[in-house]
Amino acid sequence: MYNFEFERPTSVADAVKALGQEEAQPLAGGQTLIPTLKQRLAMPSKLVSLSGISEMKGITQEGRTLVVGAATVHADVAADGTIAALSDLAGNIGDPAVRNRGTIGGSVANNDPSACYPAAALGLGATIVTDRREIAADDFFTGMFETALDEGEIVTAVKFPQPEAAAYAKFEQPASRFALVGVFVARTGEGVRVAVTGASEGGVFRWREAETALASDFSAGALDGMAPEADDMISDLHGSAAYRAHLVGVMARRAVAAAR
Amino acid sequence: MPKDHGIGASSKRREDVRFLTGDGNYTDDINVHGQAYVHFLRSDVAHGRLTSVDTSEAGKMPGVVRIFTGADFEGVGGLPCGWCVTDRHGEPMQEPGHPVLAQGKVRHVGDPIAAVVADTPEQARDAAEAIIADIEEFPAVVDMKAALKEGAPKVHDDLSSNLCYDWGFVEENREAVDKAIQEAAHVTTLELVNQRLVANPMEPRVAIGEYSRARDEHTLYTTSQNPHVIRLLMGAFVLGIPEHKLRVVAPDVGGGFGSKIFHYAEEAFCTFAAKAVNRPVKWTSSRSEAFMTDAHGRDHVTKIELALDADNNFTALRTDTHANMGAYLSTFAPSVPTWLHGTLMAGNYRTPLIYVNVKAVFTNTVPVDAYRGAGRPEATYQLERVIDKAARELGVDPIALRRQNFVTEFPYATPVAVEYDTGDYNATMDKLEEIADLKGFAARRKESEARGRLRGLGVNCYIEACGIAPSNLVGQLGARAGLYESATVRVNATGGLVVMTGSHSHGQGHETSFAQVVADMIGIDENMVDIVHGDTANTPMGMGTYGSRSIAVGGSAMVRATEKIIAKAKKIAAHLLEASDADIELKDGAFTVAGTDKSVAWGDVTLAAYVPHNYPLEDIEPGLEETAFYDPANFTYPAGAYACEVELDPETGKVTVERFAAADDFGNIINPMIVDGQVHGGIGQGIGQALLESCAYDENGQLLSASYMDYAMPRADDVPFYSVDHSCSTPCTHNPLGVKGCGEAGAIGSPPAVVNAVIDAMQSGGHKVDHIDMPVSPSRVWTAMNG
Ligand SMILES: Cc1cc2nc3c(=O)[nH]c(=O)nc-3n(C[C@H](O)[C@H](O)[C@H](O)COP(=O)(O)OP(=O)(O)OC[C@H]3O[C@@H](n4cnc5c(N)ncnc54)[C@H](O)[C@@H]3O)c2cc1C
Repeated sequence: MYNFEFERPTSVADAVKALGQEEAQPLAGGQTLIPTLKQRLAMPSKLVSLSGISEMKGITQEGRTLVVGAATVHADVAADGTIAALSDLAGNIGDPAVRNRGTIGGSVANNDPSACYPAAALGLGATIVTDRREIAADDFFTGMFETALDEGEIVTAVKFPQPEAAAYAKFEQPASRFALVGVFVARTGEGVRVAVTGASEGGVFRWREAETALASDFSAGALDGMAPEADDMISDLHGSAAYRAHLVGVMARRAVAAAR
Repeated sequence: MPKDHGIGASSKRREDVRFLTGDGNYTDDINVHGQAYVHFLRSDVAHGRLTSVDTSEAGKMPGVVRIFTGADFEGVGGLPCGWCVTDRHGEPMQEPGHPVLAQGKVRHVGDPIAAVVADTPEQARDAAEAIIADIEEFPAVVDMKAALKEGAPKVHDDLSSNLCYDWGFVEENREAVDKAIQEAAHVTTLELVNQRLVANPMEPRVAIGEYSRARDEHTLYTTSQNPHVIRLLMGAFVLGIPEHKLRVVAPDVGGGFGSKIFHYAEEAFCTFAAKAVNRPVKWTSSRSEAFMTDAHGRDHVTKIELALDADNNFTALRTDTHANMGAYLSTFAPSVPTWLHGTLMAGNYRTPLIYVNVKAVFTNTVPVDAYRGAGRPEATYQLERVIDKAARELGVDPIALRRQNFVTEFPYATPVAVEYDTGDYNATMDKLEEIADLKGFAARRKESEARGRLRGLGVNCYIEACGIAPSNLVGQLGARAGLYESATVRVNATGGLVVMTGSHSHGQGHETSFAQVVADMIGIDENMVDIVHGDTANTPMGMGTYGSRSIAVGGSAMVRATEKIIAKAKKIAAHLLEASDADIELKDGAFTVAGTDKSVAWGDVTLAAYVPHNYPLEDIEPGLEETAFYDPANFTYPAGAYACEVELDPETGKVTVERFAAADDFGNIINPMIVDGQVHGGIGQGIGQALLESCAYDENGQLLSASYMDYAMPRADDVPFYSVDHSCSTPCTHNPLGVKGCGEAGAIGSPPAVVNAVIDAMQSGGHKVDHIDMPVSPSRVWTAMNG
């Protein structure tokens, strides 16, 4: 990696201040950022570690909303269990080393098109809390590796409304074991949401036709024979666009069947 | 009763204590005082002309000691190829040069253009980024068939084409085979790909060059399976250093799987540069570099035709293979698709006529060479796949079809030049049917189907030629080396032994199993024997470890040397016991005069050898140390039968291996636990090849699977618990231990079993799919079933 300065503030305010420097970048669990640095694919002037900020860690319940601090590691979310689908999802990210370091904030901020958390955030209709505002998940994920975050803006927490029933069905890419296709289905008081990760060139997206079908009949059978258009799907070594589109249908049905 | 010591005992692997406690000494653990570090600037294009390499700015960067380019290696030898294949027309293969650093052209992504030696690794890398290399990019040659077309861009301008050789075997059989196929009652044809693989040993390659001006001596520490071979190849052919001025040390090595047999540019560079800058020079490969510089494996495209008569007897076999050599010839690359592949095409069967054609092709990709099994997995895969397809076409049981055609009488001379000394293929098949519980398959299939899954069963046989190899034979076939092995047995005064072997252990457990052999012969505790390997300074010249050769060839050398020790010790004992040599018996570590209770202990004899106060000095020398070289009379022929059961999710195409059984005939077994481990690891790699692994290039020669994000390695949950058995034993007839070798069997025997099982599963679901290429990924399965 290239040389960089390093700072480890203990409050969000100090972190934001530190990030004011040109080309400064937050470092959370480092599970994405450190490999990128080692390959010399990024050249930040300063890394601002978020690991010393206690107000960004931990999971709390506010009424029917689960608030997960952005610096909370996957292993802690996996162990929580309040929203079973969310904990299952976190427990199947990477391996124990990744889960004990990687954070929810890092995952949603990175918005990898194959990452799992974006599907949970979008599928549950979460709210992304930053140092300066709250952003609905629907507005947060703007494209592959792109989000609504401004330069220097930090995700501080993610708020998940408790669903009536939800599940995440992930089909692993054989090498990385990220999602080749992952579908998060949730039934809430406000309707049904179906969020798809891994499949689209545009990153995580909501599969509206499936939501409509499930709104009137929340059963796997309601999605029989359905699959999204393959046009915008990713095509790579591990699967064609048509295969991914097909898998979205399969994984959505499995998620509905597993929802509890 | 299983034995608890000596030959046949499952002694715990003594080397694991240091491996599991972090006490191993790997090459990267070695740091030589004053060492500098090298970083290689590597080509990021697959093919192009190097118009200029400007190092002027980079040379001024902090810490830079010196920057080398191809020009520094003009007049230095290129990396040699250890095997010359003669083509169908009696002409030698086309053999291009392989410079240490690129000269004139770059020929694959990863080809080294320049090397920066600096005080720290980071400084070397910083300076490498400041080098300006101008490359005039040319179209890349990636596809082998396209590479052979008229007008295709040439990888090597000085060669007449991209064809390395067009090999026919057995050429005299060509017409007879064509005729037999034309006249056959049935011909089954199959086109398949044996995909390119990356070996991926856990430890990446490392090299440290060191030079002493005062003594004019070079030392190379390297991650090698065969330090003596590296010393000879690099010393004699690249750098012109005689053996007595060059020491090569391969300490603990974290896996090789073939990829650490070969002599690599980085080894020659570090040795050369250490003298040039008068400082030790160290290189540690990153995993990314490993993907684009370690020799790859396999990469065959094959058409195979099997002819049968009206009674389903095999009458002829014809294969047509394109084998990828990559951009340069790696050390043993030409031998893999030819002598390690064509000679195994008879498999376990009596096919009277066989013709194998192999076209080896240069492309703008990483060189391809031996990878666990080397040629034999390619032979086994195509043969066992085509037999399975034939059984399906003919509507006969695939096991019955195999049994009907088995070789049953030994020795058996195949039509492809090798002679199997011994075997019993029906016995291993019987054993397989038992341990795989084939009778229970139908019930298990029903149970899977009740859960919406398809279940398939795949069975196959394999045979391999191991214990490589009789030197006079391989010499005739083009090898530029002998393939004997050596051992020096040194007995110390107080009775302990040190055995120095020319073979090398990089995970195989030699330190344990070799000690079992020697201890057993003398009748002493295994812990009295230490095995030393890996350093040319303290081991006799040997050819190293690959091709499942170490116990069969290296072990035999050890037996010969130990026999010499015992013969001499008996003379000493006879003197001490005032008896005649011929009357002395050695048992349980004591020498006895036959028929009496007069005896002397092993330790008393060894002490007498070194404190020869009462000693037959007029007849024999003091001391007890012997060396033997062993050159095998034939290959060994491990063989067996494997069965795989898979479950297939028809909705996603995902295949999981539910059961795997292996019945192997390895001849005599030294350490059953180590043999189990070798088979387990081999099957794991075979399942990896069958279901997961693929080294893919795009049409521009860019490596698509250049990291573990895209190159799928098998993990623990990709493999089931295995059921392995090696009780069917027909001991090798020509080596003293009756051993055959077991290192590669698992990787050779398992891919066809998996793919046969997948086809069976698909067929059971009504899908008329009769072939699918590896890796059998979910997307491929789904596409095949819905295409
Ligand atoms: C082997 C392996 C397997 C994996 N498997 C999966 C998987 O199956 N599914 C999956 O979803 N993910 C997977 N991941 C990714 C993992 O979940 C990462 O932890 C996650 O993507 C990034 O989180 P992090 O905390 O490590 O962030 P970092 O790597 O530290 O940062 C990632 C990016 O986000 C920025 N960032 C970090 N925190 C914040 C914040 N609070 N506010 C604003 N920006 C921030 C950083 O500047 C950086 O650009 C895997 C990773 C590895 C190494």
